[in-house]
Amino acid sequence: MLEFRKDLFANERDDNLNVVGKGVQRQDMPGHVTGRSPFFDDHAFEGLLHLKVVRSPHHHARIRSIDTSAAERAPGVKRILRAADVPLNKNTLLSLIGFGKDDEPSLAVDKVHYKGEPVVAVIADSEAAALAARNLVRIDYETVPHVFDVEDALKPGAPVVNDTYPNNYFEYHEKFDHQKLRFGDTEKAFRSADIVMEERYQMSPIEHAPTETNGTIAAPEQDNRFVVHSCAQGLFFSLGTSAKILKLDSNRLHFIGGTVGGGFGGKVDSITEPLAILGAMMTGRPVRYVLDREEEMLYGSPRGAERIYVKDGVMRDGRIVARHIRSYFDAGAYTRLSSYAAVKCTAHIPGPYWVPNVSSDVYVAYTNRCPSTAMRGFGITAVDFAIEVQMDKLAHAINMDPMEFRILNAYRDGDMKPHRRVAKNTALIECVQVAAEKAHWPISDNAKRMSSLVGGGEGERSQIPATPIDQRGQIGRPETRNAPSTQTLPAGTSRIALSKQPEMEGSRDARPAAANVPRYEPARPMGQPAVQAPAPLAPMPPPASPPYAAPPHAPPPAPPPGATPQHGAMRFSSVFGTRRR
Amino acid sequence: MARHKGRGMASINYPIGMNLGGDPSQALIHSNPDGKFTVALSAIDLGQGMKQVTRQVAAETLGVPVEDVYVDTADSDTGPHDMGSFASRGTHRMGNAVIAAAREARGVLLEAAAEELEVNAADLVTDGRGNIHVRGAPSRSITVRATAQAAQFKQGKTIAGRGIFLIPLSAVDAETGEMNPNTAFAHACLVADVEVDDETGEVALLGITSSYELGRALNPKMVEQQLVGGAWMGQSHALYETPEPYYPNPEHGPRDFNEYLMPGPGDIAPYSVTILERPAPDGPFGGKGPGEMCANPVLPAVANAVFNAVGVRVDELPITPEKVLRGLRANGGAKPQARRGN
Amino acid sequence: MAKSPVQFRLNGSDRATFVDPGDNLLVTLRRGLNEFGPKYGCGQGACGVCTVLIDGEPHLSCLTLAVACEGRHVETVSGMADGPNLHPLQNAFMDNFAAQCGFCTPGMLMAARALLERNPNPTREEVIEGIAGNICRCTGYEPIITAILAAAGNRGQRQA
Repeated sequence: MLEFRKDLFANERDDNLNVVGKGVQRQDMPGHVTGRSPFFDDHAFEGLLHLKVVRSPHHHARIRSIDTSAAERAPGVKRILRAADVPLNKNTLLSLIGFGKDDEPSLAVDKVHYKGEPVVAVIADSEAAALAARNLVRIDYETVPHVFDVEDALKPGAPVVNDTYPNNYFEYHEKFDHQKLRFGDTEKAFRSADIVMEERYQMSPIEHAPTETNGTIAAPEQDNRFVVHSCAQGLFFSLGTSAKILKLDSNRLHFIGGTVGGGFGGKVDSITEPLAILGAMMTGRPVRYVLDREEEMLYGSPRGAERIYVKDGVMRDGRIVARHIRSYFDAGAYTRLSSYAAVKCTAHIPGPYWVPNVSSDVYVAYTNRCPSTAMRGFGITAVDFAIEVQMDKLAHAINMDPMEFRILNAYRDGDMKPHRRVAKNTALIECVQVAAEKAHWPISDNAKRMSSLVGGGEGERSQIPATPIDQRGQIGRPETRNAPSTQTLPAGTSRIALSKQPEMEGSRDARPAAANVPRYEPARPMGQPAVQAPAPLAPMPPPASPPYAAPPHAPPPAPPPGATPQHGAMRFSSVFGTRRR
Repeated sequence: MARHKGRGMASINYPIGMNLGGDPSQALIHSNPDGKFTVALSAIDLGQGMKQVTRQVAAETLGVPVEDVYVDTADSDTGPHDMGSFASRGTHRMGNAVIAAAREARGVLLEAAAEELEVNAADLVTDGRGNIHVRGAPSRSITVRATAQAAQFKQGKTIAGRGIFLIPLSAVDAETGEMNPNTAFAHACLVADVEVDDETGEVALLGITSSYELGRALNPKMVEQQLVGGAWMGQSHALYETPEPYYPNPEHGPRDFNEYLMPGPGDIAPYSVTILERPAPDGPFGGKGPGEMCANPVLPAVANAVFNAVGVRVDELPITPEKVLRGLRANGGAKPQARRGN
Repeated sequence: MAKSPVQFRLNGSDRATFVDPGDNLLVTLRRGLNEFGPKYGCGQGACGVCTVLIDGEPHLSCLTLAVACEGRHVETVSGMADGPNLHPLQNAFMDNFAAQCGFCTPGMLMAARALLERNPNPTREEVIEGIAGNICRCTGYEPIITAILAAAGNRGQRQA
């Protein structure tokens, strides 16, 4: 079922390794087959309480009143949590890295913005008691108009979904209603193309459906701390989020996790940890908050839907000369991670191909549905579906074999990508060749001879072209969405500094690089064209320093002027110039 | 009415690690007095194999048998900060952090051995079986166990290491989208064979043939786990799954596993994978990370295979029998396209 | 509500606890007896991660009333190994890398064990039928099918 083609790229690889590359048994397998692997819910606590939330039955409604008196008197009920009990009842996940504004409450305050939004939490002796008491909470709603379609949401006059982003889109760079990509002149190239094809694609939302539903057990620990058994995909991500929402010092939280019953992106959001810990704080007892399957499926945040329009200009000889992508991420009611996915998507366009003129406009739109989040292939899966079906249609339109069409347009080492960085370490052509061979799919001798190492970066392939730029889609000004270009950046223009080399502290501080550590050092591929590549990222071995020499510590980067202190251990400068407020 | 076979393909690449960087991972390693190592992380194992892949990376770097290393994760009191298991970052980011920590620990290990053997540490090598010896002179050797005992009880050295790996955060240009996104890309090409029933609109997956370029398959058995399971998820996304079948209309959605469709063990198809390895210059031993990407090429390959079989384009996922039948009706019946290979 | 005593054998040991009349076996095992082998996946018999054997027959513990187990023998994954010696199915799951996150594994193993006890040499199709009530979201099922066939000594696994 699985085989290797060790002959390919052999001169770039040192296969003389001891255990790396061997299919040795997983450390966790004995635990899995004996049932001993400790998942978050596999922990016994004396006096365990159970938390259940009351969810909005409406897609969009004002909360007129909340009456919990009957629920409070119900048998077994220990505590009701309401919005006012949450110390900092507004958060956005990526505030931990300084990206975006806090927009989502733990418990809804004046309005509910999607069906299933938590409004009140009930904590009781047993799950049955909590469920019974949940039905006694009386909430009076006044429904208001809702919007479900991403493009409808962006039209003037649409119902406001997210009060923090009142135009129903995430705001990029404090300037635009979308993230732009501009490389070359796509509009001009479309006019000269033999065929122009524009198609619409729709990626469905997807439920992560891990066999283990989301959940948390939080309990008071000695030393005035809380132990938290968590299914989080990012332990410190969840710890930091919880500490922020609960206004606790991070070292008062002791998170234990690491063995998780599937996540696929659906356990990044920390939707159960803060309320479970708050419950433990309020009751002084262990509190368990676990989503049931229906909650997981309806309100456990899905992979968001994406609507994607792909417009391509192609020549009859098979060359793609221009690609424009306009896409809409359906964030649901709150941002969570969609803002990040749109940027990741932008960096991915136009897929693994070299196209001389590329542009894209990627929107994150708010709709009255459960907030969506990361899922396996986040930001990429949907646009890959769109691009690859489009590639099939283009190949069909020019009567070319789809494998040959891929190989002809594949990016290669040395090619300039639209985000203005040079491609390296590419291998698309070889993958297509091998798949064709294994599937007995005939391709031409010419296609078999092509290589990722040859021909990339030749001529214009290594250049940043002259690029018209525009001010389309300014925040709050939808009438500017079709505005003309404002200026043309000359060829070769680069405005973002190259990446610094990765930091890999530990190996070089205070110690010599150990002798003869078996490690990979990249070989120079033969025949690679000389390209003006950005400084390559350093391979891992740092230069050896003398034993016990003081490490050459770089001073920490100065905070950008006006940067507001960020919560948590990390204090990055803003990614996009948009600070958490 | 007939069943039509069809073939489709897709080729993709995938960015490894959080786009734009700014996502650090840390690792700590220490040795017991008998030369057995513990790696302390806060990384999460969702099933992808985080514990084992970091264990192998640590053992390789330390130069000791894999059985002499255990990975402890994730306890925030002992495991240092890590951004988390998402964005295909685990192997790449945490693998590099573990290498950094293991290299530091190995440095002390060799210093301690050098002191016992009265040689220069730079002349020492490990054999991966628990011994340290002078390069070219295997008889002048000491075990890792004896070295660790000497370091702890005689020399007063801590055989330990700490590591961090961080790709610094990049900015993004508002007007052009210029940025420094990911530094490593994995690649794949996938061929799907399907059979479409033009009476019921059902699509059956008959087989998958793929190639994946992953930098280095750090553990081929775990790579196989990921690719086989990922292909299943791709099949599921392509043909079955949706919580909103009439999106953007949110009604009529499934609420549980009785209503949310996924392929069962009887719906899976034979799968043949070929692995290519072009090591990433900044990946741990060149490794990239196939965990997320392996579902992606299945979706378009299946859609393209459906077109090849019956001439129907379904551009809205999932490709349900209803959509296939509507397409067939609009086209006036099945229009099989040219066969491709066998 | 008055609790009722219930007593049954659990993996060969006599155990007793008090339950509400409506308590299911899954909750009773996990929260009453601290037996965490069976997992909660759906609570409605659709995913199989809570599968246990009752008097040798596979049952979904989330759909089984605890009081109905009075005097019977309940077996979970925790009792599968013979002391330190793993059951052949456990070894086969390990050898074939038939688990990733491991959450469905306890139920999958119990379903497989029930299958092999009534049909020691199943075909691939019979294995598929035997685990058709158990959802796995990670593996794509192929390694699980292969492992069960291997445990049965059946080498007739599918060639890709």
